[in-house]
Amino acid sequence: MERHEYDVVVIGAGGAGLRAAIEARQQGKRTAIICKSLFGKAHTVMAEGGAAAAMGNVNPDDNWMVHFRDTMRGGKFLNNWRMAELHAKEAPDRVWELEAWGALFDRTKDGKISQRNFGGHEYPRLAHVGDRTGLELIRTLQQRVVALQQEDEREHGDPEAFIKVFAECTVTRLLKDGDAISGAFGYWRETGDFIVFDAPAVVLATGGIGKSYVVTSNSWEYTGDGHALALLAGAKLINMEFIQFHPTGMVWPPSVRGILVTESVRGDGGVLRNSEGRRFMFDYVPDVFKDKYATTEEEGDRWYTDQANNRRPPELLPRDEVARAINAEVKAGRGSPQGGVFLDVSSRLPAAEIIKRLPSMHHQFKELADVDITQEPMQVGPTCHYIMGGVEVDADTGAASVPGLFAAGEVSGGMHGSNRLGGNSLSDLLVFGRRAGLGAAAYIDGLSARPAVAEVADAMAEAVAPLERTGGENPYEVHHELQRTMNDLVGIIRKAGEVAEALQVVEKLKERSKNTGSSGSRIYNPGWHLAIDLRNMLLVSECVARAALLREESRGGHTRDDFPGMSPEWRQKLLVCAAEPDASGVTVEEKVQPSMRGDLISLFERSELEKYLTEDELAEYDAAVKES
Amino acid sequence: MGYKAKFRVWRGEGGEGQLEDFTVEVNEGEVVLDVIHRLQATQAPDLAVRWNCKAGKCGSCSMEINGRPRLGCMTRMSTFEESETITVTPMRTFPVIKDLVCDVSFNYQKAREIPSFTPPKDVKPGEYRMQQIDVERSQEFRKCIECFMCNNVCHVIRDHDENKPAFAGPRFLMRIAELDMHPYDEVDRKDAAQEEHGLGYCNITKCCTEVCPEHIKITDNALIPMKERVVDRKYDPLVWLGSKIFKRSSV
Repeated sequence: MERHEYDVVVIGAGGAGLRAAIEARQQGKRTAIICKSLFGKAHTVMAEGGAAAAMGNVNPDDNWMVHFRDTMRGGKFLNNWRMAELHAKEAPDRVWELEAWGALFDRTKDGKISQRNFGGHEYPRLAHVGDRTGLELIRTLQQRVVALQQEDEREHGDPEAFIKVFAECTVTRLLKDGDAISGAFGYWRETGDFIVFDAPAVVLATGGIGKSYVVTSNSWEYTGDGHALALLAGAKLINMEFIQFHPTGMVWPPSVRGILVTESVRGDGGVLRNSEGRRFMFDYVPDVFKDKYATTEEEGDRWYTDQANNRRPPELLPRDEVARAINAEVKAGRGSPQGGVFLDVSSRLPAAEIIKRLPSMHHQFKELADVDITQEPMQVGPTCHYIMGGVEVDADTGAASVPGLFAAGEVSGGMHGSNRLGGNSLSDLLVFGRRAGLGAAAYIDGLSARPAVAEVADAMAEAVAPLERTGGENPYEVHHELQRTMNDLVGIIRKAGEVAEALQVVEKLKERSKNTGSSGSRIYNPGWHLAIDLRNMLLVSECVARAALLREESRGGHTRDDFPGMSPEWRQKLLVCAAEPDASGVTVEEKVQPSMRGDLISLFERSELEKYLTEDELAEYDAAVKES
Repeated sequence: MGYKAKFRVWRGEGGEGQLEDFTVEVNEGEVVLDVIHRLQATQAPDLAVRWNCKAGKCGSCSMEINGRPRLGCMTRMSTFEESETITVTPMRTFPVIKDLVCDVSFNYQKAREIPSFTPPKDVKPGEYRMQQIDVERSQEFRKCIECFMCNNVCHVIRDHDENKPAFAGPRFLMRIAELDMHPYDEVDRKDAAQEEHGLGYCNITKCCTEVCPEHIKITDNALIPMKERVVDRKYDPLVWLGSKIFKRSSV
């Protein structure tokens, strides 16, 4: 069997994985990058709007403290505040660094990186390239990896001496020596041959779980691999009940339902209307945001040109608020003909400006839906977009509870609390990708010996099983039923009875998935690959449903019809998921979050905190303010 | 408005294969990739195809549909007659691994042969100042989603494996142009473009531009200007000819 020895194995080659790998290699570690797709195709390419970083290029009043406050507000104060702090402080450096690696962002008049408005961000903050920022980011990181390989070729005669990409390769198990990580086991998609990595440190950067839902903006890769690998290796997941339904996905034609319509449409002036032509978002500004958003269309419109004297339009509320509002309008019978609402930029900007600022939206609607967005409104509705929950990690190093295991980007949890702001994902994966790479390198430096090489017989038997079952169940059908179940029963609005029902279905699907069979050979066999991925999707779906059933409040990406309010007591609590190595026995435990550091909590007004915190916490706040 | 479509899909692995006939349901608004996925789910579970975003942003699902290089996710079924047989084959220029999946490692090899972005050493991150108009030229080329259909269609290598070692293909000649036009890149790339990456093989037939799903004007905006920069040092009759033929009509 093919066997490789590395210092750091990075699983996932999106923004977080590549940034982690670049850092590990720059720290002198021999690094492997493993990705399920070809190099440069990861889901990061689909990010459209931009990377949030308080550079202050457009509005000089912006700084890390404003960004930190916006992030905490967006996450309804459930965020890991240390992560939110590091993120806000380091994002500008991470964006500037990309420029030195060849990225070409759009510019301001004085030649700096331009920044655009986005939901929940007080100032224009997103570094962007039209509406294809994710592509720019991944290409830049990909080209940085190539640059390092060229350097290694000059120095060592081998471009892959210190950093190598294993493309179209899927990891199915992490390997351990005692309590600590010792490597990873997987298969080549192309040949079906097995491959083993012996390595003391593994960085998970596998992204999200959207493929457990029917209507999603996520690609096939988003099967929760890293979430599941971490659980099976003994690490913990937090915040799994919080899933972001992006308010604006395409609703028609059916085959593209869920594909993302960037928030930049609203950031650049687009408005949401119902079938009566009303800008309904004015009816949905929640109390916690009342004083920060415009109350009339005139004020909202003025804000685009004069932010000092006007409040922002409510179309730019955080995503969870907008998604729920659209959901409510459609339910009330005020939706568009194709079951969404209208998103109109055609009456707001000249056609040429729309094509310049939103080229890929223009292209996407024209090619896929026969809609010219410069002439008529789009029809949009919520789509499963991002999971806030993930591997519980140390904020500074990305280390999980299992020694040698690290996680960064969407697969990690905590940074975004109960809801992520648009633009905070691209900056998250740069900031914490780098930190996980550093963390892994430092961990290795502290080891006295490499871990023992692991046995892989069990992992092999597990992976090959679906091919050996003849006449088993069709994995595509099991997958589809899971997607329907999660969409209908653990979707944007949740009820105890429905979530409990979903858990029963998942239980049955777990049994069925153990019986799936895949015909054909081991060579590039998608039916076999899906049968293997099902284990991960089912495990992660169970975590989502169990946590959603326990959290009896509504906050961010978790809305309970039977518990519509936000509870200060629940804000203090995280739900922590664990599982057995055979993917059984998922448990969820409550854990109390540490209180925010005094200097950070003092950045907020008491009147705002009163909406979120318990009396005891407010007393702590008063003491902190007094001290400073 | 669903109907049954006739599909002929290339199936095979290990250098052998044949077109296989399918009759498959098609629904309103679907694209070719949807139909391929339906074949996987209902008739051919091991049918191999690459795909990711399904929105024309990642460049994974390149294939040849009725002989034309296309992204499966951006080719709507409504562009065909219901009675038409739709033939789907893998890209021809690259070795087939299985069914619609090719070995595209040629492209990654070429990417590594082009010297990376090289900024001046004394400009620190955060100090870059560039005007929008100066970055737009390279930005156009950075729209590339690396579907590799331009390299697939380019006749220099489509039926001439022997040219592959000496020719980077439109994708990577465009990458050289992108870096050459980057306001902060310091490497002189002109000689290498011609001598090491085969710019001279290009005779500006514009096939690459025609198939580009991002509508990048590869020939007019990257390859011809690059040839013009090279011509300061070398005489290339095609540049002279191209400037007579193409420049005039594309004004």
